[in-house]
Amino acid sequence: MSEPAPSSPPTLTDAERAELRRQGILLTSMEELYNWGRSHSVWPLQFGLACCAIEMIAASMARFDIARFGSEVFRPSPRQADLLIVSGTVTKKMTPQVVRLWNQMPEPKYCIAMGACAISGGPFKQGYNVLKGIDRFIPVDIYIPGCPPRPEALLHGLMQLQEKIRGQKISGPGAPRHLQADTTCEYPVPDFGEHDLVPPQNPAVWQPPVIVRKEGA
Amino acid sequence: MSFSDPSPLSAAPGASVRAVHDEFHGDLLEVSMGPHHPSTHGVFRMMVTLDGETVVKLKPVFGYLHRNHEKIGENTSYLGSMPYTDRLDYLCSMTNNWAYALAVEKLAGQAVPERAEYLRVILAELTRLLNHTCLAGFLLQDCGASGTPLMYAFREREKILDLFESLSGSRMMCNYQRFGGCRVDAPAGWLDAARALTDGYGSFLDEYEALLTGNEILMARTQGIGCLSAKLAVSAGVTGPLLRAAGVAYDLRKVDGYGFYPRFDFRVPLGAHGDTYDRYMVRVLEMRESIRILQQALRDIPAGPIMDPKAKLRGFRPKPGEVYSRIEGPKGEIGFHLISEGGPNPYRYRVRPPSLINLTILEDLCLGHSIADAVVILGSIDIVLGEVDR
Amino acid sequence: METPDQIRDRLLSRFPGAAVSLISNPGPAAQHSLLLDAADARAIATFLRDDPGLQLDFCSNVTGVDWPDREIVETTRTSTPDPAGGPAKVVEQKTKRLQPGCLEVVYHLYSVALLHGPVVLRLRTGNRSDQVSLPSLTPVWRACEFQEREVFDLFGVVFEGHPDLRRILMWDGFKDHPMRKDYVEPDDYEWEPTPHGDVLAKAKRHYPTPAPAVVKEEPKP
Repeated sequence: MSEPAPSSPPTLTDAERAELRRQGILLTSMEELYNWGRSHSVWPLQFGLACCAIEMIAASMARFDIARFGSEVFRPSPRQADLLIVSGTVTKKMTPQVVRLWNQMPEPKYCIAMGACAISGGPFKQGYNVLKGIDRFIPVDIYIPGCPPRPEALLHGLMQLQEKIRGQKISGPGAPRHLQADTTCEYPVPDFGEHDLVPPQNPAVWQPPVIVRKEGA
Repeated sequence: MSFSDPSPLSAAPGASVRAVHDEFHGDLLEVSMGPHHPSTHGVFRMMVTLDGETVVKLKPVFGYLHRNHEKIGENTSYLGSMPYTDRLDYLCSMTNNWAYALAVEKLAGQAVPERAEYLRVILAELTRLLNHTCLAGFLLQDCGASGTPLMYAFREREKILDLFESLSGSRMMCNYQRFGGCRVDAPAGWLDAARALTDGYGSFLDEYEALLTGNEILMARTQGIGCLSAKLAVSAGVTGPLLRAAGVAYDLRKVDGYGFYPRFDFRVPLGAHGDTYDRYMVRVLEMRESIRILQQALRDIPAGPIMDPKAKLRGFRPKPGEVYSRIEGPKGEIGFHLISEGGPNPYRYRVRPPSLINLTILEDLCLGHSIADAVVILGSIDIVLGEVDR
Repeated sequence: METPDQIRDRLLSRFPGAAVSLISNPGPAAQHSLLLDAADARAIATFLRDDPGLQLDFCSNVTGVDWPDREIVETTRTSTPDPAGGPAKVVEQKTKRLQPGCLEVVYHLYSVALLHGPVVLRLRTGNRSDQVSLPSLTPVWRACEFQEREVFDLFGVVFEGHPDLRRILMWDGFKDHPMRKDYVEPDDYEWEPTPHGDVLAKAKRHYPTPAPAVVKEEPKP
């Protein structure tokens, strides 16, 4: 899970606010209202890749009821979706489609890597056609481990995402990607090569981790 | 009639629809459905050529979930492949486990104790209930009944998954069978819980059927749509409920009599027309028979060990040889072809995927029907992409 | 059902001159198979499908198998009798022989009409590089259509007479045949916390042990 982002500093104490509310005055900041509204209507893309998709469907059914979090509206079109849940193994043959879907989604958009395969290739890491983590091509906001993660874990990931949205600034240097004019919202789509994807990763998004190993390890 | 050949991947990237000019038929439309499409059950893709709304050509495109199961299976030990079989047809991990365990047992000449065989039958039939219930839900979803039947299906699925979880520790990926038995015995009260579920499932099916079976919209959308002849079905290697809906009495539980199936009294439902409605109906009737098998198995299950004492878990190296073994999975004949050279890994590890081979007849079923019917026909074939592409 | 021996004898009497040999399976399953020659494989397959005694109308499974070249060490013992009447002299001689590799396709046939099986057919290519053609059995059993495409994709066996021989799982521009034993996969591993064997070797290649940093001791004033 990602770290919960720090929330904006309160301008009023809770007691003062409660007193005002009792008198019929609701005080809030633009930032808070904007983020509150966005965090409770995150519409996911109806997009299933593999095993995890079944648990994603289960999360939207009666027992787990993702509607409690305002995210039950699974949109078939990427143009109407806020959240890409990469639910399952991303194969190299599928990678260009996933990146293209991500590009087609309008900002602000978020990505959840659901399950071990979407994070790192998971049990299929040794596969020649398996992408070792979708974060090699698109930025990921929330990682949910598990194979597959239980529906409760998906709900927890969604709550973490809401936490993250609530902590976002709407101006200044800490503003998210979609509010900064000069950042890119389009990510390059890889091509099919003769042996592998070309390029095998997007260096602007992902760099191999620097690992310092001791002598003889 | 001539139109340009749809070459799926050389098409301009991003262009999912393009017109193909044909001097006799006006403009044919070539549509790429999938790999991201809400009703292709995952990442399946078909290149459909349409004349108006009528399908004149349909070529499936595979491989978007090809995750190299067979290659990994050849590089890992025999037991190491067991959890990977869970992820083949991820709705039916128990039957996949059984198919693989049975193949290795035949390869090594390994016996299985009686209680384990009963447990396997119980789990396989619960899996069949789970799969067919979900299939009916997804089929109705494809017909446009957005949500409701699927909600009912998943309510029942959760009950069965609770049983699987209390037995194996995992909801979906059970990894439960071993070569020579099962991993753990059923915990206290598990069999009673299974009996309670089995006894209540009939009334759920009554409720489900009251919603669906006589439903006018379902009948209008499925009757006479996608008829499959018995001859084509056998030649194309179609197995499972599809084959029986075409009127061919071929159920491996009867034909091969693996496990303890010859001990149980059950019937094999057959279809008369081979259309989409028959495929739905055969599955509903199969669920009723599964309940009968479950009641008999839960009544007769003996006490005793669940692993054969001669079974070898560590350092398992079967003697050189080769085996092809198959069972009747919920989607059809799931088989494993293993070649051993005497080492700890199989030399060749091959899965016979029923979902992939059942798709052979997809184009034949869809030709002449509208594009909306193609979606329903695909839903009635019952594919899971983890198994189609492996 | 007839045993594979009887089927072979019947095939040899029906197709004189055809090369049909029995490959025995030493395992407990004892599923013996028939090795066919590529030239008359399709005629034999059609016969097996239509013969009233067999009616193998259902081709269940098609498998490709890769057999790379192997070096086989054979030990031959020659004994030369001692002319003086003593014990014979035994000389062991080890010879190395290169067994050429091939690609093999295995078909498992059943009969839905007569409820029996399996009958196992095998076809072998000449080698693994340039003689990789085999006759397609898709005209006999349509069930082979996708499975033969898969064998073509992953092993590189070219099926002659297949209606639509394209890659099925990998993309069209892909050059390799990944299920062959000598396939080298793209090297895109990450370092793993508990690496072993091949993974460790790859990890070391990616992240070489850094040379010990040389720290210059500055002269103290």
